[in-house]
This record gives sequence, C-alpha cells and structure tokens, in this order.
Amino acid sequence: MNAPVLPGPLNDNPILERWVTFPAPGKVIVGTGRVELGQGVLTAMAQIAAEELDVGMERIAIRSGDTQFTPNEGYTAGSQSIQFGGVAMRQACADVRALFLDAAAKVLACKASELSIRDGRIYRNGSSTGQDYWTLAGAVDLTAKATGSGPRKAVADFKTIGQSRARLDLPDKIFGAATFIHDLQLDGMVHARVVRQPNRGASIDSVDEAAIKRAAKGAIEFVRHGNFLAILGDDETAVELAGAAAVNHVTWQNVEAPTPLQQEAAWLLQRPAIDRIFGAPEPADAKGRERFESTYTRGYVAHASISPSCGLAVFKDGHLTVWTHCQGVFPLRAALVKALGLEASAITVQHVQGSGCYGHNGADDAAADAAIIAIQKPGVPVRVRWRREEEFVYEPKSPAMVVKVRALLDEAGKPSDWTQEIWSPTHNLRPGAGGNLLGALALPNPPPEPPPNDVPESNGGGATRNAEPLYAIATKRHIHHLVTETPVRTSALRGLGATANVFALECCIDELAERAGQDPVEYRLSITSDPRARAVIEKVAQLSNWKAGEPGGAGRGRGIAFARYKNRAAYCAVVVELDVDETIALRHVWCATDAGLVVNPDGVINQLEGGIIQAASWVLKEQVRFDNNAPSGAVSFDWETYPVLKFSEVPEMTIELINTKDAVPLGVGEVAGGPVAAAIGNAVSHALGTRIRDLPLTRERIMATLLKE
Amino acid sequence: MTQKFDFHVNGKPVSVALDNEETPLLNVLRNEFGLMGTRFGCGLEQCGCCMVLIDGQPEKSCSKPVWSVAGKTVTTVEGLGTPERPHPLQQALLDEQAGQCGYCLAGILISAKALLARNLSPTRPEIAAALDDNICRCGSHNRIIRAVQKAAAQMRAGAQT
Repeated sequence: MNAPVLPGPLNDNPILERWVTFPAPGKVIVGTGRVELGQGVLTAMAQIAAEELDVGMERIAIRSGDTQFTPNEGYTAGSQSIQFGGVAMRQACADVRALFLDAAAKVLACKASELSIRDGRIYRNGSSTGQDYWTLAGAVDLTAKATGSGPRKAVADFKTIGQSRARLDLPDKIFGAATFIHDLQLDGMVHARVVRQPNRGASIDSVDEAAIKRAAKGAIEFVRHGNFLAILGDDETAVELAGAAAVNHVTWQNVEAPTPLQQEAAWLLQRPAIDRIFGAPEPADAKGRERFESTYTRGYVAHASISPSCGLAVFKDGHLTVWTHCQGVFPLRAALVKALGLEASAITVQHVQGSGCYGHNGADDAAADAAIIAIQKPGVPVRVRWRREEEFVYEPKSPAMVVKVRALLDEAGKPSDWTQEIWSPTHNLRPGAGGNLLGALALPNPPPEPPPNDVPESNGGGATRNAEPLYAIATKRHIHHLVTETPVRTSALRGLGATANVFALECCIDELAERAGQDPVEYRLSITSDPRARAVIEKVAQLSNWKAGEPGGAGRGRGIAFARYKNRAAYCAVVVELDVDETIALRHVWCATDAGLVVNPDGVINQLEGGIIQAASWVLKEQVRFDNNAPSGAVSFDWETYPVLKFSEVPEMTIELINTKDAVPLGVGEVAGGPVAAAIGNAVSHALGTRIRDLPLTRERIMATLLKE
Repeated sequence: MTQKFDFHVNGKPVSVALDNEETPLLNVLRNEFGLMGTRFGCGLEQCGCCMVLIDGQPEKSCSKPVWSVAGKTVTTVEGLGTPERPHPLQQALLDEQAGQCGYCLAGILISAKALLARNLSPTRPEIAAALDDNICRCGSHNRIIRAVQKAAAQMRAGAQT
C-alpha cells in the first residue's frame, strides 16, 4: 500500500507538535501558520480542530504565525487558508487523534476500534475509560511526523464544521480590550516615527534638528543609519509631532516623484515590458470571422487599511524579536535576515492582529523599521507606528491595468476565439517574492532591485489571474505584458489581477450579448458547460428575480457577472441594481457562491459581504493619484483625497451559498471582487445606454460619457 | 511647564500632568490611562476610530487637546459595558457578528450610542447618516446597521417596562 499523500502545508511541517499540543488538563493548543486578518480564519481553524480531535471548541487556544512555534505556511493570502491550511489542519488533528487512540488501546489492552472520543475523553464501547488526551499526553510522542493515516471524519459525521460559530476574536474588539498590535506595551518601550526616504536612491541633504525639536514640544532623539532617519522618544505625542514636522524640515537629493500622467493606466502601454503568451495559437481562419474588440482599464488602488501599519522590535543579547501584523512571519524573517545580516536563528517574528490589510500593505515595512531602529538601540523595545499620510503614500499599491479583449464570433454571435491582452506592473513585491523592505533601501549598501517577476501561474498568476474566460470557447489565449518601469511600488491587493480581468471579460460578454440581441443571463448560460458555474448563474438570476429584456437607459440598471476565482477555486455570480444620475447609487446586490465545503457559513457570508462592499468602493471611488509638484509626490494621502464607500452609500445585499457539503473547501475572501466590478459596469451600461470601460466610475467619467451622447 | 488636567473618564475622576497642553485626548486615554479601546486611525478627524463622548456628544479625540476636556466627562468604549454586562449595542454587535477586523468598532459604538440617545427609532438611512463619520474598510456596514436597529428595538422595549 502506498503511503498517503500529506496535504501541502502538513508535508512542509510534518512535526505534529507544531499543530497540536495538550499543555494542561482540559486544554488544547492548536498551531497554525495562518494569521487573523479580520477574516475569521482562526475561528474556522478552531472549528476544524474541534471536529477532528473531538474536543469542545472552548478547550482550544490558537497559536498563530509565530516563527518559534507554529507551522510555516508562507503567506495568509490568496483565499487559500481553508482550502490548503484548513485541510492540513484536519489531517494533522486526525493523525493526532489516531495516535491517542492507539496509546489508549495499549493502556486499556483493547483494540483501538473499540474506542471513541467525546470532548477529549476516551470511551470503550460507549463506557468511560478514565483516559483522555491529557492522561495519555505522556504516552504519545507529538514530536513524531504526520503520516496522513489518521482517518478524517466523513462530511456526514460533522458536528462543528458546517455550523455558524461566533468569531472568537470579536468580543475583545467590541468591549475595547487591547487586542491589536497597536495596543502592545513593552517595558521601557520608546515610540518612533521614520522620516521616509522619498524614493530609492534619494539621499538626505539636510536635517533641521532644531526646528523638528521645537515642533515636538517634548524630548526626542534622532537615530540615523545611512539615509534611514528615525525620531524616538518616550512621549508618543512629541514623536508624532516631530515626525509630521520632519517632512518639511528634512531635505533630500535625487527625489523622483510620479507625475499625473503616470497615474493613468494608459501610460503603461509603450513601456518596457516582459511579454508572455499563454494558450492556443492564433487561429489560421480568423479572417472570415466577425471580430469584436474592446479595451478596459483600471487605475492604481490603495489597500487603505483603517489603521496605519505598526511594528515592534527589541534586540537583546544578540536576539531580535519582532511583532508584526504582516501576512507571513516566516517570509518576513527571511527578508530581515537578508536586510540586517543576522542569522534566522537570531530572529523571532510573532504575529499580532492589526486592522484588515487586504494584501501587502505597510505591515512588513513597519516591522522592518522597528527592527532597524532596535538594532541601533540594543535592549530598548521600539514601537513604530506609521502616520496616516505615510501609509497612503508608501504602502505598495495595486497596479493600474489595461486589458484589451479581442473576440472572434460565430454566426450566432457567440465567441469562438478569445484573446485577452494585459498590460500591468507586478502584483507581487512581497518580501517572500524578492521584494525589498522599504527601510532597507535607505540603509548603506541598499539591496538591488529584485528581477521583474509576477505571481507564478501555479499560484493562480498575478496580472494573468482570471485572464482566461471559463466559458466554452474553442480557442483562448492571453498575452501578458509585465511592465517593468513603474511610477510606484506595486504589490498584492485582494484578488490581484482578477478584478481587472473579470471586469474586462465579463463586460465584454455583456457587449457581445447585446450585439447578439440576447439577454445577458441566457447568453452566459448558452456558453457555459461547467455545471457549478451554471448553478451559481441560475441561482443569482432567481434570487434577483432577473427578467430577460428589462428595459434600461432611464437611469436605473441591472447587471450580472460571473467568475470562478483563479478558474479553479470558488464560483461566484453577482447581480447589481443601481441608479445613475451624476453619480452611482447602489440599490441592491445579490450574490450566489459555491465555495464547496463551508466550515463556518456565517463567516463565509461575512467575508462575501466585505468583498462585495470593498469591490464596490474600488469601482465607484478609488484611484491613487500622483502629482510630482505636491510635497509628497502624491495627491492621495488621506481619507478626503482617497475616499472610500461610506455607510450611506452601501447597498443592501442578499447572499446565498450553495453546494456547501462538497468534499473540498474553497476560499471566499477574494471571489466576489471581479464579479462585483463587472456587474456594476454592466448595470451602469444598462442604466445609461452607453458603456464606461475605465475604472473608477467617477462622476467626471459619467458626466463626460453623458455629454458625449 | 507641567500642567495638571482633571476630568472624568467613564464615571471616574482622573488627573494627568503633562508638559504639552495640546496633547490629544486620544494619546492621554491610551498612553496615560491604558484605555486601548479608543483607536488611532488617521489623526486628522476623518475616520472616526477615535470617537468618544464628551459631555454626551460624539467627538473625535485624535486632535482634541487635553486642555479642552478639563472639567468635562469623557465616555470611551470601555465605559459602555463589559462582557458580563454588555450595552445593548455591544450585545447586538455580537448577535449580528457585526465586524471583521474590528478596528473601527469602538468608534462606531460611540457614534451609535450618541444616535440612540437622540433618536431611539432611527431608520436605516438615519443610522447610515449617523455613522458616515466612521470608516469601515472591511465592509461590515450592513451587519452594523442591523445591530443598531436591533439595539434600538431592545432599548425601546426596555424603556417601556
């Protein structure tokens, strides 16, 4: 018999005690490399562990994202935590459970098959044995490796998985307990702000220390290493005032700021790029066929986390300890090894919750700032908290994209050949992908630029994510121009390239349906063979009471869109109803999602709601703007210059999950973004009778379109 | 020159001695009193994470100088309720699982409390308008609105008995 194949993260981290330990009677510690980003993943992990270990959830304490203790699962990203990390957790717990049953069988001189476990206690043919996980803890060696042979429960036997459970982290947040990294208080801690190097290669020309000290109205000191300059002090108010004043009292040489021209996606065309082609060759018989072509764009988008990034560090007796809210403690540790020249064994990185990040924001960089300062001040715990303006200007941005779609049509007006051509900077400059930590660029001997790269196709691709329609089209290809010259640092934001790609291809499908004189739902179904895709499209049409041929053009419109995230994860179809006057007012969003096995239904719906609202905000409002004449080179530096959707602008919603007892769980954090973007685009077109193909759909764009008509 | 400022926080008299009388109330609450529930979001009075009640009125504390609250009463999220005795708004947020990252919730609770103090039967648009000073980036808006409606209903029922 072949040995069972271990789920990826368990194969990478086979030592069982990284996943499960029994530290004291009645207590279980479950370790996961996945971290809480506000998505509720730790609650789902506790449900999974409770299920496979047969213990009550209240016995479980979760340890997450700690280089010293937990499994290394890379990044908590890509809607993969449950699909991969959760499956690994299930198997680890099943293996542990099997080891304890074997140990109990030995102690009780019986067969393991006679034994069962209820809330951690072991029963023989239904009778109590006096044994439990804790009495047997000494008899089971959890430093052993997982074998994958522990039997996992059948879906039909689940008691905890599949039930809506209250989020474990919410009570503290609702009662105002100190739960965030920003609330950590270390003995002897100093506050710090960094005077940001405006760009790679910029060097400090002058520092008016006297003026900064005057502005601080309290004691501060400066720490400088190369062009890395920080302000420290015991009083956070003084440090904050000094940090804000320093922007005007430190001058730099070799400053390069992006221009307004560069903020537009169209600037990316004609830039140096690395070109790749995927899919079928161009058809030889293209000439005779009818051809449709359309171009869609999107500007740069910010993560705009509600809290600026924060990091803490202390360097004591040659060991660096770092607290961070980043998405991957192990990749951050590896990047710190490179940037600081320490051994990995001399660095501990521990995750503490921050505000929602939605991707690669300033978290890693703030942690690196704290580490750089801590090494300059051995023994002193250092807390760096970015300023609001600093987060907006210096966090990595989600790149602008241009997506050109060319379709060849058959006699019925259906696409028979599809080309999607994409211009985009990279979607991945995470430290784990070779990206540099911002502070390291200001140190002496800054690291070189990483070679141009994007998320590999095996991980779902970056700019190419969802570039291929799932529809039944005879030949498909996509062309990726990885633009290598970019005005700002770009990296991962929820959904990566899927947002722009699904916006483009699903708007294009609507344009083709209109050409063919067909209803958008019927048209989609006529080119969809995947039964799970058909099911979500049909379900959302039913939920929204979709009527074929409803007249539009009078200011109210409806639009539909569909995608299967990464073409291999969860299925999602969305209908949006909205009014357009000079601006867009969202009325209602309906969403049907097939994410396979659902661990916590309410948690999944919560994630979908969040994904829908955030995507609506991107589409209606969000674009990062540049101005090389502005002091910081940016026009978008606060919530007034980068507005997001407000309470009064949020639509009501109806969400339904289907196929929730499937064997395989699929993540949902990013599934709705593309469909929401396209459904809004399609609804606006329906409402106006004319299409806007550039995001965001601002008042200026709507007015310009109406004037053209 | 060090100055002393006396005021009330969550029903208790407090006193703080500071060199800079412009020190924001937010920093005093967090760094002097260890009340971490009120949060820094922008320092620009734009996001509402730092909302507190000052003499019953919802105010952003990030730019509110400490001298301006001398002699006044300040209520923070810690003063609303406890896990054992939750405020109806806190219970409703738990019941609706109204939150994702949760960073904005303390400020939202304060804005909602102020709303219900002046209008115990708010409509959805009225609740949304009252919360427009608070940014939620995760997209928990609809759950939060439902929770405020639920708390209002519960408080109305409580007022009748």
